[in-house]
Amino acid sequence: MIEFRSVSKQFPDGTLAVEDFSLTLPSHQTTVLVGSSGSGKTTLLRMINRMVDPSSGAIEIDGVGIHTLEPVQLRRRIGYVMQNSGLLPHRTVIDNVATVPLLRGTPKKNARQDALALLDTVGLDRSLADRYPSQLSGGQQQRVGVARGLAVNPNILLMDEPFGAVDPIVRAELQQELIRLQSELGKTVVFVTHDIEEAFLLGDQVVILREGGRIAQIGSPAEILANPADDFVASFVGADRGKRALHLERRGDGDVLVDSEGRLAGVLVPGGRPHETKAGPFPGPGAPAQGGEPQ
Amino acid sequence: MTWIWSNLDLIWDRTLDHLVLSVPPIVFSFLIALPLGWLANRYRLSRGVILTVSGLLYAIPSLPLFFVLPAIVGTSLRSPLNLVIALTLYGVALMVRVVADGLASVDADVRQSAVALGYSGWSIFWQVELPLSGPVLLAGLRVVAVSTVSLATVGAVIGAQSLGSLFTDGFQRGIEAEIIAGIVATVLVALLLDGALVVLGRVALPWTRPAGSNGAAAREARIVEVTT
Repeated sequence: MIEFRSVSKQFPDGTLAVEDFSLTLPSHQTTVLVGSSGSGKTTLLRMINRMVDPSSGAIEIDGVGIHTLEPVQLRRRIGYVMQNSGLLPHRTVIDNVATVPLLRGTPKKNARQDALALLDTVGLDRSLADRYPSQLSGGQQQRVGVARGLAVNPNILLMDEPFGAVDPIVRAELQQELIRLQSELGKTVVFVTHDIEEAFLLGDQVVILREGGRIAQIGSPAEILANPADDFVASFVGADRGKRALHLERRGDGDVLVDSEGRLAGVLVPGGRPHETKAGPFPGPGAPAQGGEPQ
Repeated sequence: MTWIWSNLDLIWDRTLDHLVLSVPPIVFSFLIALPLGWLANRYRLSRGVILTVSGLLYAIPSLPLFFVLPAIVGTSLRSPLNLVIALTLYGVALMVRVVADGLASVDADVRQSAVALGYSGWSIFWQVELPLSGPVLLAGLRVVAVSTVSLATVGAVIGAQSLGSLFTDGFQRGIEAEIIAGIVATVLVALLLDGALVVLGRVALPWTRPAGSNGAAAREARIVEVTT
């Protein structure tokens, strides 16, 4: 469990990045901090591994104040995945993954063996082990970044917009991969993004931040969607533009979901699984055969 | 040409002398420029001071320097050590800025990432910043090497034996072939050292290797990802 207690951060240039921030992040769950730039989300994330120290307030991990811990040692037991992968360009894939175990003194042979196994975990072919990061695609680099974050089997995984720089298709793939990994590993994940869709997809707990790290709303995706706390949240999740307010409409070839501006949003499917549409009770006359196929 | 064939031994000896005079300054200037460049890159104040002073070093005319150095360092006027020191100073003048720029060229994201991983202060320098500034350092070192080899010929004027001695001797005795031999040999030594540095860079900086294999690998990687 990670706890922020009245944490503030003022940078030397006077910017108040975070003001009186308190939050509990439950263990083995994914908490997503979501906000625009200037919301202090990355600053909050970096406070957890002491890349940034708060000006006031305290942060505890499992009841231990992290200000009592040595920053370098602390960082070596917390996984960190960043945008643009942050891989060391002069190290091969395998050495990048093995970086932190090596820093912690794991014998080189063991570290490399573990790193190879981690490539499997994140769905990378072992033949890529001796490549340099520049020889990989963006999606592959990001996977290596995740593997590196997992290398010391940390309880906590910090992810700073890890999928922000890859194209939408690869991003969707990586998001699913992370959901799969998380269901297997059950880490305490702190995920920072500006993309509300991503936040709702990945977060058990979603924290919507305003400027200066002020919390606009905390809750599960469903809670936030159903009851936006205020106009800011409503606008942030797109509820004010009618994007989230869907209604059922009967069209010529079946029932479809339409948002309040008349844009098609999808179809209503019993059980929520696309492949069940064919067997469902609602196939309208003349519905296209491929209409319910998963994309 | 007959002069060259009958004096190959002499040319070879002067070439060796030349290497002995020019290789140490290249190495020393790198080793001295490293901490200075680091300091210049680290603080804004030290950057201004160090880069200005080291840049001015290069403006000192070489001949007066050869005569002043013995008085400062306490070497004898004709000691080859004077030349080594003078060439080191010129090398430092060029190299300090290169080191500062090289360290500054390291991607801030990569540095952040190294901090996040748990590299401690000095290990970031040795294991991340220094290797990553390698390509810039190498480029600077190649300039220093060639410039040092060329400058070392001036040593002949103060009696330090080098390929420059072939010019001075050739002028005094009116042997044109000797002058040309000196020039050609100097150029060859410069090319040799430059080539050695390029090879060193390929070995020490394997991730920077350009062209064919890498580009193909990256393309192949993308194809693999698209098709899976």
